[in-house]
Order: sequence, then structure tokens, then C-alpha cells
Amino acid sequence: MGKTLFEKVWDNHIVDTVDGGQEILFIDRHFIHEVTSPQAFDGIRKRGIGLYDKNRIVATADHNVPTKDQHLPIKDELSRLQVDMLTHNCEEYNIDLYGLGHKNQGIVHVIGPELGVTKPGMTIVCGDSHTSTHGAFGAVAFGIGTSQVEQVMASQCLLVQRPKTMRIIIDGELGNGIYSKDIILYIISKLSTSGGTGHFVEYAGSAIRSLSMEARMTICNMSIEMGARGGMIAPDETTFEYIKGREYAPSEQKWEEALAYWSTLYTDEDAVFDKEYVFNAEDIEPMITYGTNPGMGMGITQYIPTTQEVERPDNLLQSLQYMGLTPGASLLNTPIDHVFIGSCTNSRIEDLRIVADYVRGKKKADNVQAIIVPGSKQVEAQAKAEGLHDILFEAGFELRGPGCSACLGMNEDKIPKMEYCVSTSNRNYEGRQGPGARTLLVSPLTAAVIAVEGKVVDPRKYLNEESHA
Amino acid sequence: MKKFSTLLSPAIPLVQENVDTDQIIPARFLKATSREGFGEHLFKDWRFDEQGYPKSDFILNNPEYSGSILVAGENFGCGSSREHAAWALVDYGFKAVVSSYFADIFKGNALNNYLLPVQVSPSNLKELLAEIQSNPMILIEINLEAQLLRVPEIGIQEHFEINPYKKTCLINGYDDIDFLLSQKEKISAFELNHIEF
Repeated sequence: MGKTLFEKVWDNHIVDTVDGGQEILFIDRHFIHEVTSPQAFDGIRKRGIGLYDKNRIVATADHNVPTKDQHLPIKDELSRLQVDMLTHNCEEYNIDLYGLGHKNQGIVHVIGPELGVTKPGMTIVCGDSHTSTHGAFGAVAFGIGTSQVEQVMASQCLLVQRPKTMRIIIDGELGNGIYSKDIILYIISKLSTSGGTGHFVEYAGSAIRSLSMEARMTICNMSIEMGARGGMIAPDETTFEYIKGREYAPSEQKWEEALAYWSTLYTDEDAVFDKEYVFNAEDIEPMITYGTNPGMGMGITQYIPTTQEVERPDNLLQSLQYMGLTPGASLLNTPIDHVFIGSCTNSRIEDLRIVADYVRGKKKADNVQAIIVPGSKQVEAQAKAEGLHDILFEAGFELRGPGCSACLGMNEDKIPKMEYCVSTSNRNYEGRQGPGARTLLVSPLTAAVIAVEGKVVDPRKYLNEESHA
Repeated sequence: MKKFSTLLSPAIPLVQENVDTDQIIPARFLKATSREGFGEHLFKDWRFDEQGYPKSDFILNNPEYSGSILVAGENFGCGSSREHAAWALVDYGFKAVVSSYFADIFKGNALNNYLLPVQVSPSNLKELLAEIQSNPMILIEINLEAQLLRVPEIGIQEHFEINPYKKTCLINGYDDIDFLLSQKEKISAFELNHIEF
């Protein structure tokens, strides 16, 4: 019997199998950031051991960094301490750090791929659940807790239970104005926030194959939002083209050899998945969430479920009470206070281009505060070079420096209580963007159109002929 | 070193489903650099109002309920990988969480902190939640050695699954790092033949 893509990569990293079926999995790359690493470094010190291999670790500061005045010391004392501690730890252990002010600094899941650190066939971990992003390159990438960060630092391995496999096929062509964010929000709305638990997902099908690397990353990024351990897409020409020439891409001498190996990374025809789903791209509308978990999403022209339509009406009502919304209602024409474009889900150059393309020559609505936060210094530099910054500035968007920003209400960027924020990020949990904040997750295009209209609208109605999805 | 053996305690019923790690410990409290002290921020925005006063309608603020077992709705611990969620529950005094379903990363984090995730059937969970709500002092017994959850008073008895290796770790108080460090030769030998670009 053939193997799935996941099995090929996973099996290639098994050091040994131990009692109870746990496997010792070798980890090729370990990304670290300031929030989930200090206790791991502390543990290493207390045990009196060193790092297994510092060259397999890449560090950046992203969660705590302010997005304004990044050249100044961080105002919040605890945030500053945490970022300083990362710097100190990286100096002590001689780890490559792309800290605040570095030309490569940015959100860990944006810089890994853009530096060419992320490559097909690798195992990649990070103390961050959105590590699944890197699976877009055909890597087995997943988030871990801090005890596991310490395990990888100490041994370059993790002791893990092999997940089950799942394939989600999306065939067909996406309609105008529909993006990869809509695909993944659609999938999660169908499978629920726990539908993928225990599984590693492969996304396949013609709609997936036609996506750019940025768009594929958006999909894999949100795998965790349906509970999946990770998500991946088989590498192809699009993948190889993206990697070629990047800082940590294979050298020219090694390129052919790398290609030969990477080209073997696909699911064999006779391979079997534990679960399989098939969806049609044509059925996908621009998506929006109405509730307080990412599974509570719907097509933007649809209606919020009624209490008769759900299994647990009490949970729906609790969620809608927090959101200030009514069962059975439409979200269209709901006034919006904030638009946030950023996060490891949608802050790459392609996302900024989509937004700039739409808002060129337009103005954001007066009732909306719109901020746009590039995923990295490199994205920021490229957006400036392409003139996107000027377009966005003239449209009334506030342009910030790179970081996790208002995705998680940990740094200075927070959404005030009871205000609506249309966001390109990944989580709409209660308080995620700040205590009492009300989050509606959408694609970058939908966010751009809503920023201009000042209320929830169907973006497809605002696309003119020269806009292409 | 912490260890886990048998637990006999009343429990606190948290009926919500899909309790995510942003509720267990909101991101703004993740700035500490040690593992201690997260308990005071456990379920912060459900537990306290904006002025910092306890909200009387939240279950942890109800003096009728106590104990070191949290019984929670389905899919507990979804969302972020933050181990701070497990640290906060342990720091608050919980030793076990009972639910009908746990998110993967949370489950791993819990086990690495000697917090036992006990998965029971949806029907037993429903019954447990209802029983605890009507009789807050009802005792729940969790026996890790036998992998049994028992509530003798109402005749609930359910076997729960745990990876045998993790079970040994919990009972003996050792962790994955101790084990992996003992495997270093094997790991180095593997690396010699490992191809990577």
C-alpha cells in the first residue's frame, strides 16, 4: 500500500518507536519567540544541560512587539522584559535572532518561509499553534507547548503519538472575489472547531493546486482552528519557484538534488486516509464569522442560525450575546468600528496587494478605524517599494510596523470593549482581540471592501471589471 | 517531583463547550517568564469584572463548589498552544480535568504538567455535570493506576484511556526530557544518515 504525503515525511524522521506506540520524532527546524521560550531556557539551565544543536533554532520577537515607534524601547515593562529575555537567551546560547529592528524581523510564520528556512520534507515545530502554516510547503509542521520546546532544545526530538490522517479535497474554480481565506473558513464552518482533532490534514484538489504559496499558507495556518494537529499541501512547481533564490534555499549545486527529493513528496494513488472530505470550490462564498469560535462562520449573504438549527442553543445564545447579534439575523449592513489587516494568516505581500488594489483611489469610511500590519520587515519593505504604502495611506489606513498586533490582544494593539472588528486574523474567541472585543473573521478583500463601506457588505457587489480574483 | 496517584475530590462543573485557551488564560497575562503565578488569572474575564471584582455568576466564584477536579463541556482546551493554560489550571489547584473531548495540544501540555485529562463518554459527562450541579459535594474518584473514573454514589464507573508511557511518567514523576536525554546516542546515529535540504 502506498503512503500519504504526511506518512512519507513523518516516517523519514522516526528515530525509534517506544513502549505504548509513542515515536521519537526528529525535528529539523525549531522556531522560537519570546512568549513560549523563556520557561524552556530556564528548564535547560536548571537541568544543567545545553542545546542539542543551536543551528537548528531560529528566533524572532513578534507577539509582544509594539507596531508603532518600533525604534523606541518597548513601553510596557513586562513585554519589554520578555523581549529582552529572548535577546539575552539567544546571546547566551548563540542562536540566530531576528529581533526588533532587524531587517528580517517579523511574525515567525511569515519570516520562516520568506527566508527560505521552511522547505518541503522538513519537520518544523514552534511553541505556537499556527506553526501549521509551514505545512503549505509539504513540511510536517505543528505547534507545541513549552515543555516540548524544552524537549526539542535538549534532544532535537519530540516524543509523540502518530496522528491520524485526513484529506480535504477542494475541486473546481473559485468565484470572483473568493480567496483562500474563504476556503478555510468554509471548511472549518463545515467540520467545526473540533472536526480535525487527532488528525493531520492534507489539502488537495484543483482549487488548492491553483493557489499561490501565500494563499496556501493561509489555509494551512488555520488547520488548528478545526483542531487538526497540522495541515499540509504537496510541493509542486509553485512551491519550488517560491523557494528558489531565498536566503536559506539550497545552493545552486544542491538545487537539482533537492528538487529530485522534493518531487517524491506526494500522496501515492493507493494510499489510504483515515478520513476524507470533498468540497466544491463553486459552493464557496465570501465567508464571515458571527460567533465566538472559528467554526461559527457562514457565507456573507447567509443568516445566523436560529436556536432550532443548532445542537446546543445555550452555547449559540451565549456566543451571540457576547457578539451583540441575534439568531436568524443577517450580518449585512452591520456597522463596523475597526478593520484589522494583519496576523500570521493574512499579512503577506499578496494580502497587502489585494487590499491596495481595491482601495486605490477610494477612502475608508469615517466610522471605521483601519490598521494594516505587515507580517515582516521584508513585507513592509516590498510594500513600500511597490507603492502600496502610499495607496493605503491615501485611503486612510494606518500603516504599522510588523508584529502579531491586534490578532491576540497581548501588545498595545487592542480592540475596545463591545466594538466590532472585521479582521483578517484567525481567532474570534471572546476577548481574543482585547477584553470584550467583537471579532468578525474575513478575507483581506472582504476586509478592504468593508473598510470603505463602513458596514458588512458582500464584496462581490463592489468589484469592478478590472478587479480580478 | 510531582506525581499523580489516586484522587478523591468534589468537582467544579463548567458546562461550556469549546472552552478555548484564550478563556483559560487571556494573552495579556502571558508575559511572565516563569511557570508560577498564572492561577490568579485563570478564566480571568469570566471570573472577574472590569474593576477586578469576582463575577457571582461564574462557577469558580460559587462557594458551594470546590475541589481539585474540573468537569468541563466537550472540546476543552482548543485554540492556542500556550502551556500557560495548563500552568494556570495547576497553579489554581486543579489536578484533573474531565471532559468528553480534549484538544490535542492542550492534552499534551496537561500531561507534561501532571494535570490528568480524563476523557469520558458524552452521556457520562452530561450526567456528571447535572449531578454535580444538584449535589456540589458529590465525590469523584479518579484512579490512574486502574484508569478508572468512579462516582460510587450514582453508580458511574468508566474506564479512561491514557498512553501507557505517559501513565508511567505520571505515576513515577519523570518526564519526556529525562527519557529523550537517555536516547542521545540513538538520536545522533539517526542524524548521521538523515537527509535534509
